[in-house]
Order: sequence, then structure tokens, then C-alpha cells
Amino acid sequence: MTLLVTLIPLLPLFGFIILGLGYRSIPKSIASILGPGTILISFILSLIILFNFHYFAISPFHHLFTWLSSGRFSVAFDFLVDPLSILMMLIITGVGFIIHVYSIGYMSQDEGFNRFFAYMNLFIFFMLILVMAANYAVMFIGWEGVGLCSYLLIGFWFKNQRFNNAAKKALIMNRIGDLGFLLGMFLIFTTFQSFNFVTVFDQAKAMTPGSGTMIAITLLLFVGAVGKSAQIPLHTWLPDAMAGPTPVSALIHAATMVTAGVYMVARSSVLYVLAPETMEVIGLTALATMLLAATIAIFQNDIKKVLAYSTISQLGYMFLALSVGAFTGAMFHLMTHAFFKALLFLGAGSVIHAMEGEQDIRRMGGLKNALPKTYWTFLVGTLAIAGLPPLSGFFSKDEILAGVFSFGLPVWIVAVAVSMMTAFYMFRLLYLTFFGSFRGSEHQKTHLHESPAVMTIPLILLAFLAFIGGSLNIPELMGGSGVLKEFLAPVFADAVKINQLPHHNIPAGLEWTNIGVVILLVLLMAWSAYRRFVTREPETETRNFFMRLAENKFYVDELYDAVFVKPALRLSEGLHKVVETKFIDRIVNGTGTGIIKFSNTIRYLQAGHVGVYMFFMIIGILLILFFNIIL
Amino acid sequence: MLTLILILLPLLTAIGIFFIRERRWVRNLALAAALIEFGISIAALIQYFLYCHCLLLFRLEWLAEYGISLKFGMDGLSMLMTLLTTFLVPIVIYVSFGQKVVRPSSFYSLIILMQAGLIGVFTSFDGMVFYIFWELTLIPAYFIAGYWGGENRIRITLKFFAYTFSGSLLMLVAIIYLYFRTPLPHSFDHIWLYASNLNPGEQIWVFLAFFIAFAIKVPVFPFHTWQPDTYVTAPYSGSMLLGGLMSKMGLFGMIRWMIPITYSVLNRTDGLFIIFPVIGIVYASLIVIRQDDLKRFIAYTSIAHLGLVAAGAMALNAQAMQGAMIQMVSHGINIVGLFIIIQYIELRTKTTSIRELGGIALKAPRLAIFFMIILLGSIALPLTNGFVGEFLILLGLFKYNVVFAAVSGLTIIFSAVYMLWMYQRVMLGNTNAVTESFTDLSWKEMMPLIAIVILVIWIGVFPGMFMKLAENGVGQIIGVVR
Repeated sequence: MTLLVTLIPLLPLFGFIILGLGYRSIPKSIASILGPGTILISFILSLIILFNFHYFAISPFHHLFTWLSSGRFSVAFDFLVDPLSILMMLIITGVGFIIHVYSIGYMSQDEGFNRFFAYMNLFIFFMLILVMAANYAVMFIGWEGVGLCSYLLIGFWFKNQRFNNAAKKALIMNRIGDLGFLLGMFLIFTTFQSFNFVTVFDQAKAMTPGSGTMIAITLLLFVGAVGKSAQIPLHTWLPDAMAGPTPVSALIHAATMVTAGVYMVARSSVLYVLAPETMEVIGLTALATMLLAATIAIFQNDIKKVLAYSTISQLGYMFLALSVGAFTGAMFHLMTHAFFKALLFLGAGSVIHAMEGEQDIRRMGGLKNALPKTYWTFLVGTLAIAGLPPLSGFFSKDEILAGVFSFGLPVWIVAVAVSMMTAFYMFRLLYLTFFGSFRGSEHQKTHLHESPAVMTIPLILLAFLAFIGGSLNIPELMGGSGVLKEFLAPVFADAVKINQLPHHNIPAGLEWTNIGVVILLVLLMAWSAYRRFVTREPETETRNFFMRLAENKFYVDELYDAVFVKPALRLSEGLHKVVETKFIDRIVNGTGTGIIKFSNTIRYLQAGHVGVYMFFMIIGILLILFFNIIL
Repeated sequence: MLTLILILLPLLTAIGIFFIRERRWVRNLALAAALIEFGISIAALIQYFLYCHCLLLFRLEWLAEYGISLKFGMDGLSMLMTLLTTFLVPIVIYVSFGQKVVRPSSFYSLIILMQAGLIGVFTSFDGMVFYIFWELTLIPAYFIAGYWGGENRIRITLKFFAYTFSGSLLMLVAIIYLYFRTPLPHSFDHIWLYASNLNPGEQIWVFLAFFIAFAIKVPVFPFHTWQPDTYVTAPYSGSMLLGGLMSKMGLFGMIRWMIPITYSVLNRTDGLFIIFPVIGIVYASLIVIRQDDLKRFIAYTSIAHLGLVAAGAMALNAQAMQGAMIQMVSHGINIVGLFIIIQYIELRTKTTSIRELGGIALKAPRLAIFFMIILLGSIALPLTNGFVGEFLILLGLFKYNVVFAAVSGLTIIFSAVYMLWMYQRVMLGNTNAVTESFTDLSWKEMMPLIAIVILVIWIGVFPGMFMKLAENGVGQIIGVVR
């Protein structure tokens, strides 16, 4: 079994190596088999593992080799393939495969075709390492590796320095988080003498909740999650990351990499439930991020930017779920979000393709007829993310809202508000793009076309998943059995046992009422957006101060630029021109010239005057005595 | 015996080459000698692992009445540094073929002489012999930079020489002083020097002498101001030898001599001296952001990276010191790789100014790939060589002092900032007048980079052998310290 498990990440790595070495000579036809093909086999293997795990209860531990070792300290390259990992592996390879297929069409005209698939395969490799790792050190390999691939793919069209800036920003912001993650790991090691999940969690269970060490560990790890999953204050890289090709946005910046932070916290659930203070920090961060991102999303006009802010906001949802201890809910939403957000991005890609690169929704409109398949699938995605039954987003959001409700009413209200905003900006996007009349140029109008089958079939597949994905975890309230909950139960068993958070049972009637109210509010938003953006001419809306603030993303980028970037550059200049040249080097040079001058002077001392010699001898003796006493 | 051959072969080759006048012969002979040397070091490595895991000791009484003996050996530390030297020197020689070199017999003779000196430094177990080889390396370094260098070479190399030499003299004084404090009959043998009997006051002075000497060589902040100018003015071969190997002498000296003899000072001062390299990491990282000349850029990154190594060496625990050893190897490999790439760029564009370059990746995808992989090594991405060392150092530092680890850890962020900024300006974007006719690497040019990239990934993925070597060597040092 270990061989099969190892093959799952190795196949994409193999694809990367072949495509990377032969990026010039391999024809596109072979690359388009090799790129998605390796992922498909990995997906099938993951299914086989799932099957074996479920029916034959194979061991989740797989030892590969010892990576780092020094005395008692040793880090093994091990995999832990438990239900949580298997779920992630299926999402990564499944959605990854669909997006790879789509890319064959989307990237067909690009001269960097092979390079693109090489990077994408490398990404899948690192992402699989991240979720399959059996310890924090190996997880960190994947953690940093996906950051690298994200960098390479955001800056894929590297002729454009604006894209390169976005790529660089993403990697640097990720690295800020990574430092936190690294320090968290070190603290784990000094506390538990191990990086292994199993060893660490076993020992942690015995600790008292709320200890300072545990809070420090979980907070530091969370800093890593904030960077990777684009939460406040490290959220600004994700919207810029839309510079990459659209399949990249779908795979990396929506479905998989950005959810790594959620996965990591869920994986470390035992540690987090032992640190209630950290859970509060996560909850507050999540709430702030959800609100901010959703507000900004309402006022964006770039189709991909809207989706990017929506992703940030939905990630906030997942973190909110984690913070109230609804780990399964977070993972459930992670999965359904992977389906519908990948779908929405790929749909957006199809639109951009048809519009010849245009991304501004103010210049679209009425695409419903020209792009029927894209429209219908996009509609499914919109309904799913808005949380309307019976689509997947409804069930996953409902689970989170139910968890939040038992936690506290104010938090629930914010979560519902964000849910309404989500519905509003998504319907706005849908209406402005597909409804009304076409607002683009004549040239664009004549070139409007539905995407080829290689792109629309992935859309349909994802739409199918976004539609039925919720059935995996229908709550008992609605007569479901909660398959996912049962599947993941062993992973979160310890955390649930320790969890000290208040938990009340909500009566079924109240829960039904809540669900009804949320659905009504969402429908209200859809209707309000319709009134605003279809019936009325969208260009005419005037924007007040707050709207402009949101449109400009609350000037966070400008703030960072003024507070961090510019001062750092000035400091750099100052250090070099003043400290380095005028101070340190001057002392060095001064010592040099000083010695020459000094030696010129002391020539006179050696003129043979015994008195002078005596004088210096005494001073010397005194100095030696002096130093011997004080030191 | 192999250890002795490793020193004698380059020494004799250097003398031989000096008298050959035929240009082609000189080059090829130098390269052949360096490759044979590499082969011998591999043989030594095999012997090390097969037979003893211990010193391949050679000992010959030299000046018995002063207790000086030619004692050479190979423990894990020596083995690692010797391998690094014998791996890099052929690459340095091979890459220099691409440039026109005046007076090749002297040039290659000096490079090979340098190799002899370096291996002597890394393998001698006698304090006085260590010092002699230490100074021996300075002579070729001085002449290579001073004769074949660029602008202002006389003034800059004089400063380099005077600065490092005065440091060395301090070390000489310290070694002689220690000698008189060894048990009777006095000896310069390392075991005797380790056992020398100093009172706390004397220890501080000896420590300071060693620290300054080694800090200048690395260089550690604030003793670094000779280094950027020297790297810029030296010919590429010189910069590679200085940055890749000579800087390691200082770090090696700390681990082999300074720490076992005066570790108690480090204990008593409670991290006071680690502050210097830690400041250096931040200081150099900040300065590097605004550097325009690629060679100067690399020089400052080197201060930052080696600052971390120095901090790790002085944290007095096995992980940090082992990490320091691994990182010395990795840094040597990476900085030589970076210098090779810069040399290729200058050869084609006649400039090393970051501002003037751009878009090279469009014209030279091969160069871009090699550059990227080596760059990832130097920003310590997991599964590259840089990560293994930095990870262990930071972990060890964290155990020693959380604040030092957190500040040093900033290198994770800084290195990404400046390295990616540089890569973006040089390689990405659109081409301009300077880079328009940039040609990609030929197979001949790729050879040394392939060797380097293989090691970048090998050490990153399977560091086992290197860690074993470092562990054996460091174990003894830590044993003394405990």
C-alpha cells in the first residue's frame, strides 16, 4: 500500500520533471495527455486508497525515509493518510484533474503551454505533500512548495512587470506567514520533542487547556494560516494573484492552496481546542475578514476580483467554523467551496476567453445567449455559493450557521449578514455579465463564442459536483445521515472530547426557522440585485464616500506601502549611505590611517630615553593589574 | 595518508604549473589536477565511511622542541569542508576558461595554491600549522584580486589584506598565548590547546582575539566593510574562492578552535556575541535591497546568510552547529552558482547593473531555470540545500534564545524580498537594448551549473550523508563544550 500511496504525489512530480526537461521538444498533444493524465491516475489511486481504508482498514501510516537526522532529533519523510488527508487528496486530484483538462483548451494558444502544465503538476505534487504529511516538517515542505508554485504561476506571463509584482507580493506575504508557522513548529518541537502529529497530539491531550505554550503554538501556526489563506491582515496578495491565468486562480487561489490554512488548523484541532484564546482570535479575524472582503466584493468591477474577494470571504467562513469548533463544518464548506468556486472561476475564464481578454463586467452583459453552457453552469455556481437549497453551498453554510448559532447570536447575525452580501455580489456579477444588453465593443460582439467542449465539459462536471456535493453531509435534521461527518469523526474525536466551548442543543423548530429566514434573506438579495442591475442601467449608479472606500479596497495596499515598503527602502538607503560608509567603514579606514600616523609619532619614543620607557612600563603594569581585577 | 596527498598534490601542482608557459597546457593541467583532487577526496570519503568514521590521521613531528607537529586528519567537519573545496575548485577553474586571463600560469598556479592552503586549514589539527595554512591562503587571494581585479583593485585589495591580516595576527598571539598555558611540555596539538588552562580573564582576551580574526574573515557585522568592495573588484574566480571557500575558513575556525577553547566566554556573556551576526542578518538584508551592482548584491546577501551560520555556530547546541556546517556547504555551492550566472550575464551584456538588465528569461530560458533553482536554494525553500541548514540553525537558535531565533528568522522573509526583486529586474519583464541579443547557455556553459543544481537538490532531499558527517564532527566539539 505504501507504494501506491507514494505514487499519488510522485506521479505529478514525474509529470513536472518530464514536462520541465522537455519543455521545448515535447509536442502540445503529448503535454496535454501527460499533464492531466498523471493527475487522473493520482485521483484513481486516491479512490483505491479510500476504498481500502474504508473496507480493509489499512494503516494510515506510511514510512518513506529519514529526511533530517541529528542525534536524537530526526524528521522522517512519512505520510499520514487518514480520512482528513483522503478527503483533501480527493479534492486536490479530482478538482485538479478537471481544471487541468479545462486548461488544455484555455492555454491552447499560449507558447508556454508545456511550462504551464509543468508548474501545475508541480503544484499538485506539493499540495499533496502538504495534506499527506505525517509531521509538521514535511507539511512545511508542501506549505512552502505550493507558495513557490503560486509565485511561478501568478507571474506566468512574466513579460508583464505588473504580474511579476503580484507574484512577488504573494510569495512575500506567504513567507511572512511561514515565519510564524516555522516558529510555531519550533515551539512544538521544544515542547513535545517531536514534529509528528500523532506524538504531539497524544502528549498535548494531557496538558491543561489555556496554557501559555499552547496559546503561543496555536497563534504562531495561525499566523501561517493567515498568510496562506489570505486573512486580515495578510489578505492583500490574493486579489493581485488574479494576474495569473484563470485556471490557476481556480485551482490554487480558490479550490486548494488557499484552503491549506483551514486544513492545517483542522489537522491541529487537538492543539486548538486546548487554546480557547486562540480560537477567539481566529473567530475575530474570520469575522473581520468575511465582512471586509464581502464589502469590497460588492464594489469590484473585475470579474476575477469579485471572485477573489468572495474567496477571501468564504475562507473567513471556514475559519469562523473552526473557531467555534465545527471542524467538520469547515471541511465540508472547504469541499463544496472547492467545487463551486472552481466552477465560477472556470466560468469566468470562459467568459474572458469569449470577450478576448476583457475582465470588466461593466463592459459585458447579455452573454446568456452567446454562451449558454457557461451561463447555466455559472448560474449553478452562483446559486450554490449563495446557499440556496438543494445545492451544495446550502448544506455546508447551514452546518456552519448552525454551529455558530449555538455559539452566540451576535456572531450568527454577522455570519448571516455576510451570507446576504455574498448573495448580493454574486447575483450582481451574474446579472451584469449574463443579463441585460451587451455593453462591449462591436468587435467583441462579433467574436462572442461559446468555449470548446474541452472547456465546457469540465464546467458541466463541476456544476454537477456543486449541485449534488451537499448530499455528502445532509444533517440529521433533514433526514440525512451525515456521511462526511461520520467519515471524519475519528480525526476530530479527540478535539471534540476536549472541547470546552459552550454547546447548547437547539430545538428543531428554531433551527428550521433559522434556515427559512436565511433562505428568504438570500432570495431578497437576489431580487434586490436584479432590480438594481438588470432593470436599471448599471452605469448610472453614483457612488458615495463609503462606496469609493470599498471600491479602493479600503486603501490597505497604500497603507502597507506607506508604513512598510517605503520606510524599508529609506532605511536601506540610510543604512548604506550613513551607517555603512560614514560610520563603520570610516572607523575601519581611520584605524588604518591612524596606525600609520601613530607609527610616525612613536618613532620619537624609541629614541633611547630610559625615562620614557620606564613610564610606559609602569602604565602597562597598571593596566594589566587593572584588567585582571575587573575581569 | 590520503589527507597528506590532498594537501601535497595541489601544492606540487601549483609549483609545477607556475613554470609552464603554454597557455592551453596550463589550463588543462590545472583542471585535471583539480579533478584528480576531487577524486581523491571522494576516495577519502569512502574510506571514512567504510573503515573508521574517524580521523584519517597523518602525523609527523616537525619542530618537536616547540611541540609543533604536522598533524592532519579528517573528522566529519574536515571531510565536509574538504569535499566542498575539491568540488568547487574545478568548477572555478572550468568557468574561468570563458574569460581571457593574462599570465595564466601564475593565475592557475595561485588558484591551486589556494586550494592547498584551504585544505591545510580544514585538516590541520595543530594550532601553529593551522595558522601557517591560514596565512598561506591569504597570499593567493591577495594576488588574484590585486593583479587580475578590476577598478581600484590596489586600494581595495590592500584594505582587504591589511584588515584580514591584522585579524590573523591577533589569532597568532592568541594561539601562542594558549601554547604557554598548555600543560607541560607545551604543545600546539589541538587536544593540548583545548586543554589549556586559562583563568576567566585570560579567556576573554583569547576569545576576543579569535572572534575578531574569524569575524573579519567571514565577515561578520561590523567587521565586513572590506568584503563588498573586494567581491566587486576581484575577478570572478577570485570572488568565487573568497565567497565560496575563504569565508568558510572563519566559520570553520570558530567551530574547530574558538568554541572548544573559549566556549565558557560564550556561556558567561549569555549571547552577547551572537548579537553581532544577528544584527548583521537584518542590517545586510536591509542594505541589499537597494544595491544595484550584482556582485555587490551577492556580497551583502552573503553577509546576511553567513551571519545566520555564525549565530548558529555560537549557539552551542548540536542542532544549530550541525546546521551551521551544512549551511556552510550549501552557501558555498549556492554563492558560486550565483557568481557563475552573473559572470555569464556580464560576458554577454558587459554590465552587472541590475537597473540596466531585464527580460533575460525570454531569451535564455535555460539560464532562467538554473538561476531560479539556485535562487530557491539561497532563499531556503524546503527540498533545496539551503533549507536543511537554515532549519537546523533556526531550531537550535530557538532552543538557545527565542528572540534571536525570531530576529534571525526574518531572513526567511528578507531573502525572498531581495532575491525575488533582483530576479524580477534581471530576468523577467521585457528585453531592452542591453539584453536584446542575449544568447542562451551552451552545453559547455551548463556543465558546472548542472553539477551545482544536482547538489542543491541532493542536499535538500537526501541530506543524510552530509548530516552524518556534520554530526560526527559536531559531536566531538559539543562533547568538549559539555
